[in-house]
Amino acid sequence: MANITNDEVDVVVVGLGWAGSLMSIELAQAGLKVRALERGEDRNKADSAYPKPADEYAYGVRNKIMVTPRDGALTVRHNLNDTALPTRQWGAFVPGTGVGGSGLHWTGVLIRPTPTDIKLKTYADQAYKPGQLGEGMQVQDFPFTWEEIEPYMDRFDKICGLSGNTGNLQGRILEGGDPFEGPRSSPFPLPALEDTLNTSMFAEAARKLGYHPFPNPSANVSRAWTNPYGNQIAPCNYCGYCSKYPCLNFSKASPQTAVLDSLKRMENFSYRTHANVLRVDLHPDGKTARGVTYADAQGNEVFQPAKIVVLAAFQFVNVRLMLLSKIGPAYDPVSGTGTVGRNYAFLSNGATTLFFKDKNFNPFATAGATGQMFNDVSPGNFDGPALGIIGGAKIHSSQSTGTPISTSLPAGTAGWGQGWKDGMVDWYGHSMKIGITTSCMSYRGHYLDLDPTYKDPWGLPLLRITFDWKQNELKLQQYLRKIVLNITQELGPDSYSEGYLGLDAHWDITKYVSTHNVGGAVMGDSPKTSALNRYLQSWDVHNVFVPGGNAFPQNFQANPTSMIGSLTLWAAQAIKDQYLKNPGPLVSV
Amino acid sequence: MTNTRRSPWLIVLAIVVILALAAWAVSYVLNRSGDASAQMSQAITPELIQQGEYLARAGDCVACHTGLGGKPFAGGLGIKSPIGTIYSTNITPDASTGIGGWTYGEFERAVRRGIGHDGSALYPAMPFPSYAKVSNADTEALYAYFTKAVAPVQQANKANDIPWPLSIRWPLAYWRTLFAPAPENTEATRQASTDARIERGAYLVQGLGHCGSCHTPRALTMQERGLDETTPAYLTGAELNGWAVPALRGAKHWSEDELVAYLASGRNSTAAVGGEMKDVVANSTSHMTDQDLHAIAAYLQSLPADRPPVYQYQAERSDATAKQLTAATDLNLGQRLYLDNCGACHFVTGQGAPRVFPRLDGASVVNAEKPAGLIHLILAGAQTPSTAQSPSVLPMPGFAGRMSDSEVAELATFVRNGWSNNAPAVSADQVRDARAALNKQRVGEVALGANNAQ
Repeated sequence: MANITNDEVDVVVVGLGWAGSLMSIELAQAGLKVRALERGEDRNKADSAYPKPADEYAYGVRNKIMVTPRDGALTVRHNLNDTALPTRQWGAFVPGTGVGGSGLHWTGVLIRPTPTDIKLKTYADQAYKPGQLGEGMQVQDFPFTWEEIEPYMDRFDKICGLSGNTGNLQGRILEGGDPFEGPRSSPFPLPALEDTLNTSMFAEAARKLGYHPFPNPSANVSRAWTNPYGNQIAPCNYCGYCSKYPCLNFSKASPQTAVLDSLKRMENFSYRTHANVLRVDLHPDGKTARGVTYADAQGNEVFQPAKIVVLAAFQFVNVRLMLLSKIGPAYDPVSGTGTVGRNYAFLSNGATTLFFKDKNFNPFATAGATGQMFNDVSPGNFDGPALGIIGGAKIHSSQSTGTPISTSLPAGTAGWGQGWKDGMVDWYGHSMKIGITTSCMSYRGHYLDLDPTYKDPWGLPLLRITFDWKQNELKLQQYLRKIVLNITQELGPDSYSEGYLGLDAHWDITKYVSTHNVGGAVMGDSPKTSALNRYLQSWDVHNVFVPGGNAFPQNFQANPTSMIGSLTLWAAQAIKDQYLKNPGPLVSV
Repeated sequence: MTNTRRSPWLIVLAIVVILALAAWAVSYVLNRSGDASAQMSQAITPELIQQGEYLARAGDCVACHTGLGGKPFAGGLGIKSPIGTIYSTNITPDASTGIGGWTYGEFERAVRRGIGHDGSALYPAMPFPSYAKVSNADTEALYAYFTKAVAPVQQANKANDIPWPLSIRWPLAYWRTLFAPAPENTEATRQASTDARIERGAYLVQGLGHCGSCHTPRALTMQERGLDETTPAYLTGAELNGWAVPALRGAKHWSEDELVAYLASGRNSTAAVGGEMKDVVANSTSHMTDQDLHAIAAYLQSLPADRPPVYQYQAERSDATAKQLTAATDLNLGQRLYLDNCGACHFVTGQGAPRVFPRLDGASVVNAEKPAGLIHLILAGAQTPSTAQSPSVLPMPGFAGRMSDSEVAELATFVRNGWSNNAPAVSADQVRDARAALNKQRVGEVALGANNAQ
C-alpha cells in the first residue's frame, strides 16, 4: 500500500456508465484532458459475445454483472424511528458496476417524461387544492423548460438509435405513437420493434377501451444504426436476454455500443478500472475541489488532481460521495434544512398475469423492450385531482424475456421439483402480463444519509435509505389495478393472478421492481431545496458536477435513462459553453 | 617426374570457386545501382514531412517495421518466409540502431532498390519491387518524415533466423536484377490514362500500396507474376497463410463507394474485413484521403476480370435456403448448426446487416475454392478494426470450443452451398489441419508467402 499522486487532468469523471461515458466524450471532444475512474472491471463487447450472456442462472439470478453487496451495500429503514439494516443480497433494485455500469444491463426502454412531468410542482399548484395532497409531499419542478431540454433528449435518442413510433412531431399528433408525449423536434430515428402476440392482443383491447397504446420506445434497435459519434448498433435479433444481461448482439444501446469505441480512440481520454473513489478532495476554503482520492486494485490510495470533478456514478454512489466529502449541507428531515440526501424516491410496479391454455406466446422470441404501453394515466391526462392522487403510470404489456426461471406459473403451482416441472410443461408460453410502472412522489421523510453503524471495507459509512410507501402511491396502485382488470376481462383469459400493493403495504426490498432509484442530490432553482443548480453544478462547490438519476426531484412514470442521458448532455454543453470560459457558479443566487 | 595430370574434380572445384567469386564480384557491381551519396533535391519543410507521414501510411511501413507491442518503426517483427524468419529492421532515426546516419541516397536505395545501408541485398520481404514505382518527390518526402519526425528508438536489429547457406545474401542481387525493376525504368511502364484518377489509383496500388504482394500470385522463384496490369496475372488473387486472397480484378460486384467504404472503415454494406487485410485497413487505408481511396477504387474497377465469377446470385436458390431455415424442419446437421450458432447475426437469409454483420450469400471468403479462410473465421472469430470513420469494434466470437472438426465441416459445407453460394464441400480433415495451424500460430510473427507459389 502506498500513497500515489497521478498527473493532473482537466476533468476527472467518477463512474464510466451512461453519464460518465457521455460526459467524457463530450468534454474530450472539446479538447479537455479527461480521465474516468471506474470502481468495477473493464468490459468490452467481446466479453459478451454470443452466446455467453444467454445464461439466466449466472446473470438473471446470480447477478453476474451487478455490484456485489460487499462492494455496494446500503442500509434500509422505513422511517426515522427504525434502525436500518444492510442489504446483504439484492432484491427490489440491483445496482450495476464495471465499465458500462447500469447502461450495460438495462432493458433498453427509452421513454421521455412529459412536459407536465418536468413541471410537476407547477401542475400540482394549479390542479390541486391546497392541502389536498398528502402531508410532507415535496415535489419540485425540473429547473428548465421543455424547449430547453428537448434538443438534448433528441440527441440522446439518436445516440441510442431509439426505435418506435413518433406520437408528437413538433406539435403534430401522429397516428401510432404516444399522443401524450411532448413535442419532438425530429421523429424516432428507427421504426418500432416487431409486435408479439401479447402486445397485439393488449393493444387491441386497450384501444377498444379508449386508451392510446403505442410500441414501447426501445433502445434495442430495430435496424442497423450508426449514431452521431459514428458508433454502430446492430439490429436486434429478439433473443430475449436484455434486462440484467449485456447484449450478445451489440443491439442494445449502451456505453459499449454507443460511446466507448469512439471515446477510447481519443488520446486525451484515459480510464482506470478497479478505481474506487473514496472522496472528493476540496481546497481548504471548501469552495472548489482539487481532485479525488481513490483506492486502486492493489489497495493503494491514489490522489487524482483535476480542475473539474464530475460525479457520474450511480445515484447512491454520487450522493454518498457528496456526503462523505461534505459537498453541500446534509439534509435533515426533522428541520427540513440541508439538501444532500433530500427527496429520495423509488417507484412501484404491479402486474396481472393472464393464462391462456390455447394460445402460444413464444416468449423466447422477444426483445427486452418488446411491448405496447399507454400513457393515458399520467399527470394532467386523467382526473387525478378528483381522485385525490397525483402521479401516473405507464400501463403496458411487455414481454421482456422468455427465460425459464423467471416464467410465471398459475397460482398453486409448486415453486420447485416435479410440480414446477409439470407446471412448466403445461404453462410455459401460455401466459402474458399486463403491468404498471408508477411514478413516486418525494416526501419530507424520504431521504438518504450516512449510516451511523455499518461501514464499507475502507471503513467509510454506508449510505442509508429511509423510505416507505405513502397513501398517494398506494391509492394510485389500486386505481391502476382496476384499469388493468378491465383490460384483463376484455381479453378473457382462462385464469389470471394479480400482484399489486394493498393500502397497508410497506416497502419490501426483497422483491425486484427495477433499479430506478432517484433523487438525493436533486437539481433545482434554489440552494435551499436542491443540491445542484440547473446545470447539475453543486451550489456549494462550483467545479463539481453531478449528472445522474440523483438529480430528479421525484420519480415520473417514464423510465429514467432518457432523462439521465439528456441531463448529462445538457450539463456537458454548459461546461463547454459557459464554465470553461468563466469558471465559477453558473447560476447566481 | 612431376605428375602434370590434374584431378578433373579439382578443376571443377576451381571453376566453381572462380565462377562463385566472379558471381560474388558481379553481384557487387549489381549492388551499385543507385547512388548512396545522393542528396535531397529540396529543403525539408513541415509540409514535406506531413506529406511523408501520409505516404508512410499509404505504404503501411508501420505494419512490418513495428514489433508486436513494440515502439512504432523500431522493427523486430518476425516475418515467416519459406527459407526462415526474417526480422524487420529499425527505421527510426536513431543514429546507432536505426537510420539516423543514412543519407538520402542510402534511404532511396533501400526503399526503391532493395539495397541495404552496407550495400548488401535486402530480402524481398521488403516490397522494393513495388516501391520502385514511387516517385522521386514522394521518396524524398518519406525520407523527410522518417529522419525528422519519427521518434528515434534505440533498439538493435534482430538477426534473421535463416540457416546457412540460404542466409548468404549476395545471390539476392541476381534475384533483384531479374525481378525488380529499377526506379529509372518505371516511368515508362506507368499507366498512362486519360482518367487522372485511374492514373493516381494505379500509382498507389502498384507503388506504395504494394497490393500485389498479397493479391498477385507468385512464381516458383517467389517474384510476383506481374507488377502492373499489363501482365494478366496481376492482382488475380493468391494465397496467404492458407487463406485465399481474393482477386482485385473484376471487382464489379462492389460499387466504387463500397470499395472506398471497405478501405476507409473495414466494412461496407455487405462485408467486413478479416485476416491480414484487417491490419492493412487499420494502419494504412483508413488513414488515406477519400480522394485517394476513390482513385484506388476507380483503378481496380478499370481492370477486367481474368475469369468469370464463381458466384452468381440466383433468387430461387437464395429464397429456398431462407425458407428452409425458417421452417426449421428436416434440417441437416450443418443447417441446424447454422441456426444455433450463426443465424443470430447473419440471419436465415444469410444477408447479415449493413456494415455490422457480413453477408454470407455471395461472400468471397465463403465461396473461395480453398476453405481455409472460412474455417479460420468459424474457429477463431474475427473483429472489425476501429477506424476514424467507423470506430466500432464488432467482434465475431470463435466457435472452436463449441464445435468439433466434423461439425465445423458440416456447417462450412452448408454455408458454402446455401443460398446462391457455390463452393466445394469441406472435410473434417481440413478443419483438423486448420485447427492445428491455429493452435501453433506463433505470437509475434506473421507469415508471408509460405504457400504463395502457384
